[in-house]
Amino acid sequence: MPDLKKTSPLGVFIEHLNKGQLAYQVCTDDDTPVFYPRAVAPKTGSTNLEWRISKGLGTVYSTTVVHAAKDQPPHNVVLVDVDEGFRLMSRVEDLDPMQVKIGMRVKFKVHPGNEKELPYAVFTPAEGAK
Amino acid sequence: MSSPKRGSVAVVGAAESDLGQVAPHTSPLDLMAQATRRALDDCGLKLADVDGLFVAASQVRFGPMSLAEYLRIKPKYFDGTIIGGSSFMSHLAHAQAAIEAGLCEVALIAYGSTQRSVSRAAASPREFNYYESPYKPILPISAYAMAAARHMHQYGTTRENLAEVAVAARKWALMNPIAWEKEPLTIEQVLKARMVSYPFTVRDCCLVVDGGGAIIVTSAARAKSLKKKPVHVLGTGEALSHATISNMPDLTVTAAAESGPKAFKMAGIKPSEVDMVSLYDAFTITPILFLEDLGFCPKGEGGRFVSGGNIAPGGKLAVNTSGGGLSYCHPGMYGLLVMIEAVRQVRGECGQRQVKDCEIALAHGNGGVLSSQCTVLFGAPSTV
Repeated sequence: MPDLKKTSPLGVFIEHLNKGQLAYQVCTDDDTPVFYPRAVAPKTGSTNLEWRISKGLGTVYSTTVVHAAKDQPPHNVVLVDVDEGFRLMSRVEDLDPMQVKIGMRVKFKVHPGNEKELPYAVFTPAEGAK
Repeated sequence: MSSPKRGSVAVVGAAESDLGQVAPHTSPLDLMAQATRRALDDCGLKLADVDGLFVAASQVRFGPMSLAEYLRIKPKYFDGTIIGGSSFMSHLAHAQAAIEAGLCEVALIAYGSTQRSVSRAAASPREFNYYESPYKPILPISAYAMAAARHMHQYGTTRENLAEVAVAARKWALMNPIAWEKEPLTIEQVLKARMVSYPFTVRDCCLVVDGGGAIIVTSAARAKSLKKKPVHVLGTGEALSHATISNMPDLTVTAAAESGPKAFKMAGIKPSEVDMVSLYDAFTITPILFLEDLGFCPKGEGGRFVSGGNIAPGGKLAVNTSGGGLSYCHPGMYGLLVMIEAVRQVRGECGQRQVKDCEIALAHGNGGVLSSQCTVLFGAPSTV
């Protein structure tokens, strides 16, 4: 059981991001990947949660192009199915937002944090990556 | 534990507040109170008869407390379940259980919003979520847009199919004197409107207007003596599946696939026996998903089912005859108004847009980002 007075699930996730790693948990009771990180595993209610590091490859499950404001270029928002068996929201960078397609292979990288914002996971195209 | 009984309670009063754009400084509670007064007049009951209170609203955090204060009533039973736009279908199911258990006899379900007046950002502020907020989705729109994109990818649904939903809603709205939209709409206009979150243009998205509503529910026995024909609750089903779109297991299958069968089982009927369908159309994809998940067409066929004017006036199935959240009214959490139209259709009060011999109507509510799904089947006294 994590001591929530000392570490938090998101805190550990961010520590990994700061090392360039996309971390996730596995509930060792039923060997199921868990994401977002939690203090207690969903369904089993177990506290046997182990941290693992993803290889960082995934597939776009769905995508949208957001037109937020007239003075800003449109940006994409995606849901990525990571190969280890969990899904997260993200964005695909280095590509025109309308060219981001469902089924596209993508690779994780860190969007670094700063004083105002925490780091977070983004993706870039990884065509050809199996 | 006993299950709720088919037809044991009935909606006896139903009314909207003023809709659209209300005067400056009008409060959501003013709208709830106005709708309540109209719903009481609709059935001939008095405020003092109300002993059960059900409220949900994004601008009134402690709904039952605030409306009880405004109306100075002391309900014996109250419930502030808030699961987005389907809250009120959930309230109706809970009211039935409470009335059957003798915890109250006359339940008031109320809603009000001034989101057009105060802005949507102010009326319904988003919670920060580290796992989503940094990517700047426009919520809830982008979540529904991703469901639409996935449906298009998996089943060949097109933007034209989506636009058919908006066009059908507009055709119905033109027969509803209190609908917000007054001008005809074409598929072309939907497709060429301002893009908001691909594949949705602004015409794929519900209205942002002020408004509220109230429904009065009582036992079938008491309903008999009231002003209008009772509209019985034949079946209800409630289901939760997730809170955030990144945690929805399959973006093409909603929990309506659970709430629908529950409601149909309780009612002892099949989708083919439903005369009119009132579905929460927050976005053009939602009626498509719900028609599939509630059993009106096979999974994946929703886009084709709504096309060719099949859900418009004169089509195969009467869907959202009020004009829906897309063209009639969408004051934030629209589910209560979804039920009001179904009730009116069963009563035969819909004038030009009345569905002939409407004895059974389905009202389906959706909340969050396809997160909560609640289904209600209403029936005329002849169906009980």
